[in-house]
Amino acid sequence: MPTERQLRRLFEWMVTARYYEERLQEEYLEGKQPAFDISAGPIPGELHLAAGHEASAAGVVAHLRETDTVTAPHRPHHVAIAKGVDLKRMTAEIFGRETGLSGGKGGHMHLYDPSVHFACSGIIAQGVPPAVGAAMVAKKRNTDDVAVAFLGEGAIDQGAFLESLNLASVRDLPVVFVVEDNDWAISMPKERITDVSDGSRRGEGHDIPHDRVDRDDAVAVFEAAREAVGRARDDNGPTVLEVQVHRRMGHFMGDAEAYRPEADVEAATMRDSIERMADALAAAGVGEGERAAIRDDARKRVDEAIAWAKDQPEPDPEAATEDVFVNPPSGVTDTDPTVGGGETR
Amino acid sequence: MSARELTMSKAMVEAIATEMRTDEDVFVMGEDVADYEGIFYSTTGLREEFGYDRVMDVPISETAFIGAGLGAAMEGMRPVVELMFVDFFGVAMDQIYNNMAKTAYMSGGNVPVPMTLMTAVGGTYNDAAQHSQTLYGTFAHLPGMKVVVPSTAADAKGLMHNAIRDDDPVVYMFHKRLMGLGWMPAPEGPKTAVPEEDYTIPFGSADVKREGADVTVVTLGLHVHRALEAAAELEGETDVEVVDLRSLVPLDTETVLESVRKTGRLVVVDEDYRSFGVTGEITARVAEAALDDLEGVRRVALPDVPIPYARPLEDAVIPGTDDVVAAIRAVEP
Repeated sequence: MPTERQLRRLFEWMVTARYYEERLQEEYLEGKQPAFDISAGPIPGELHLAAGHEASAAGVVAHLRETDTVTAPHRPHHVAIAKGVDLKRMTAEIFGRETGLSGGKGGHMHLYDPSVHFACSGIIAQGVPPAVGAAMVAKKRNTDDVAVAFLGEGAIDQGAFLESLNLASVRDLPVVFVVEDNDWAISMPKERITDVSDGSRRGEGHDIPHDRVDRDDAVAVFEAAREAVGRARDDNGPTVLEVQVHRRMGHFMGDAEAYRPEADVEAATMRDSIERMADALAAAGVGEGERAAIRDDARKRVDEAIAWAKDQPEPDPEAATEDVFVNPPSGVTDTDPTVGGGETR
Repeated sequence: MSARELTMSKAMVEAIATEMRTDEDVFVMGEDVADYEGIFYSTTGLREEFGYDRVMDVPISETAFIGAGLGAAMEGMRPVVELMFVDFFGVAMDQIYNNMAKTAYMSGGNVPVPMTLMTAVGGTYNDAAQHSQTLYGTFAHLPGMKVVVPSTAADAKGLMHNAIRDDDPVVYMFHKRLMGLGWMPAPEGPKTAVPEEDYTIPFGSADVKREGADVTVVTLGLHVHRALEAAAELEGETDVEVVDLRSLVPLDTETVLESVRKTGRLVVVDEDYRSFGVTGEITARVAEAALDDLEGVRRVALPDVPIPYARPLEDAVIPGTDDVVAAIRAVEP
């Protein structure tokens, strides 16, 4: 079992992430009324919210440290918050502001905070091979750092994931693949994309230990992840861990979910991981007043971050052509170009 | 500087080995790079000196190992990842195009990707449509990758040093025919004197491989040598200048313009497909900047067909020295 301090931290991350996403939803929809125009309003573009996924991020990241690498997919906010990504700069990035993590060049699917070794990207299973690479680095440098790749259950059929399992396995790399199973790959229910209901069993063909937490219970995830992350940290190779989570807000904002039975939506909202976590805290003796205080602090932090972000300047249009390269185009040196074969014949 | 003659592959390997000796963060990863020592001799001797931890054979999973190279580069290492044939990029296009090339930009410059992706290109040995392409234009088109193409041993070494030291992704495209393989004889030319010391060749510095007053031939890779042959053949008739681009990204437009301003006539020779590629790009840049100086233009490239297998068919599509000679004659008044 997690200690009381750890329980508090899990709860804090989860309520922060949930409130953050509720606030983003509000901000996003502002300016998209009455007609939904994806490019209008304070947050343009697509927005994929992870409300209902909080338990997996909290339970796993609780075992990580700053130098451990995490890659996340297009639904990244709950993972980023747990990993300690700067909330203000992340929010400014989502609002497309100059002081955002990437100066407004990335947006919500492309958040990078190298100070805490976090990155996410927008294409299904794309971040999995780079996580394997980070694990390779930990092994080469002989640190006991680990890497964690978060992906959705819709990503387990991607070659990038399956190839990564094999590479991690054959090289015994310290990486944990965390599959967040929210039952839906956009409009495709899991039973229609795979005959194997336990996605972690994708590990079997590669002799990778695997586990599935069948409820979005952060404490249960914490226990399963303790073993998975511990295995990686002790240099005993990779693990696939699947966690049952729930999708509460559609694939992206504006998704009417016409394909989804109402009962499924109801079920997703009923089994709320945050209430479950509150119960766990209560059982550990953290009273209602203290829990409310954690929620209030989280709200305050989120509201401050959003207010700060909205107050930030938009990027200078001229910046659009900067940062394609970090070194000058010529490379790193200014050696005389005639050296080594430049002589005219 | 002291120098001795090396094949292009030996010059490349010398640069990689030197970088590996001086920087613990440099490592090599790819298919058949360790025990086989590189199908195209691009890693010969490296496993023996540096061991399996730094010269890593990997499963045939280009998406996984190119993506892992990217992940290692994002953590500050300097991987040299080999894509055995450039044609195989198709199975890993997402990691190359969408991830490796875009990470620096999408992170606002906060996450450098100091990675070298080296890959074998080119035809002339009847390997057909899926093992003979150069795909220069495919890689140079998408922003975020520096693209270099050596044509001689001396260039190969300096460009490789610069590639590994660069903090950006560099796609290093070496032509199989130039490497000096025991089983694919190289033409005269790529084997050159190579200084023993390290040196770098900045990207974006085209090299005038032959000076001439009448016609400018702009080319790269194997076709630098075919252009030089054509120029030798035309000696006494036409005075041909041969410009070796050496890198496509960045492109040394200035050297090309300088030459065209002198000669007034431009022939662009490329082993890649004709449409939407190097020949069109060079011609457009010259037209934009020096239209008044331009009296004639010809493009010599692969017609827009997949590369065929049989000798007469392949010979018909890959530009030969005779095609370059014909284009030079055609561009003259």
